Amino acid sequence: MEELTTLVMAKYNYWGVVILLGIGLYAMIAKNNLVKKIIGMNIFQTAIILFYISISTKYGASIPIIHHGHGHTIHPADYMNPLPHVLMLTAIVVSVATLGVALALAVRIYNHHDTLEEDEVLSQLTTDESTQA
Amino acid sequence: MKSFGLACVVLLCAALIYSTMNFPDWGSLNSPASEHVSDYYIQNALEETAVPNLVTAVLADYRGYDTLFETTVILTAGFACFFLLRRYRRKPPPYRLYRHIETGVTLIIEQGGKEPTESEEFMRIDSQWVPYDLVIQKAARLVIPFLQLFALYVIFHGHHSPGGGFQGGVILGATLILLAIANDLRSTTKRISERISAQLASTGVLVYAGTGALCLLLGANFLDYSALSRLIATDPVMARSHGILLVEIGVAIAVSAVMIWIYYNLVSAGRHDEGL
Repeated sequence: MEELTTLVMAKYNYWGVVILLGIGLYAMIAKNNLVKKIIGMNIFQTAIILFYISISTKYGASIPIIHHGHGHTIHPADYMNPLPHVLMLTAIVVSVATLGVALALAVRIYNHHDTLEEDEVLSQLTTDESTQA
Repeated sequence: MKSFGLACVVLLCAALIYSTMNFPDWGSLNSPASEHVSDYYIQNALEETAVPNLVTAVLADYRGYDTLFETTVILTAGFACFFLLRRYRRKPPPYRLYRHIETGVTLIIEQGGKEPTESEEFMRIDSQWVPYDLVIQKAARLVIPFLQLFALYVIFHGHHSPGGGFQGGVILGATLILLAIANDLRSTTKRISERISAQLASTGVLVYAGTGALCLLLGANFLDYSALSRLIATDPVMARSHGILLVEIGVAIAVSAVMIWIYYNLVSAGRHDEGL
């Protein structure tokens, strides 16, 4: 039992990430509505962001902002790893940008086909092809 | 199909959870991510750039190229929304609605009819217009200046506290989106037109790239801000700090302008006529 507790304490962050990843991936694969697919993509991105941030933590460490003052020696163990924070800072803004483009595409599809359901769009496309041929 | 997708996802999740057994523990000091460059950044960034916030220092200085092209990605997203959605040669709407403010009477002006000028007496309203919520309008009016001040604080204090160009720029853009939601789209496009938002977005990237090019002109590498010490009378270390500030301002301008631009295009489906 104690082993299990230590295992959970050591790895629970990854399990949360994997669960979020699964939810996002399932939404992208199985959902029929395009907006729900976009929401799934955002959940997936959130999982990646959480993963990066969680590997940057160190036990007993502070946020990656150096305390001012003279005579301080700076130990790497006192501050979290700043690199994943930097990568995810840009990734968050890029995810906003991709969300904007995805929604713009969804708006175009809705204007053209009057629906956001994937199967209806597909059936409209196949009937178009058959009438042309 | 759905059950097949579910089976795939469950299998993948099981494999991933099994593989996490080899991952470093939560909060472990010697995880592979913390072993290589991160120690160098923590120990030397303050000395080399005079910026205590390591995230800002790494973002704008050590990984300056990454952030430059990240900003370009955001600008490209703004352009992509523009090209996907914007419509210029549209049919004019069959009718427009004007409201007489004093009496609350709505006039339907059909195409070709004489439209009243917008003034104290008449205002144009959206076709799905609901009477303005006074509380929301006044609260937004009260809150927006302070939010914008906070955004500027986040941008300019990013050297010493959590913050920087990306975060402050997003807050700045969000205040303008709040204005557009609380009033209507036209009142915001009157203040910041689409043309200005597009120009600002490009200007932000230009400020960033221009700072890098300026370093190049002064004889150093691209984005090596220590060369700026010849322009502003400081030592190379402080020059790097000032260079980071310049770059962050560029990022903030680009991010906030692109946020507004994408919002304009999305909310009116490219017509910039009637919004939410």
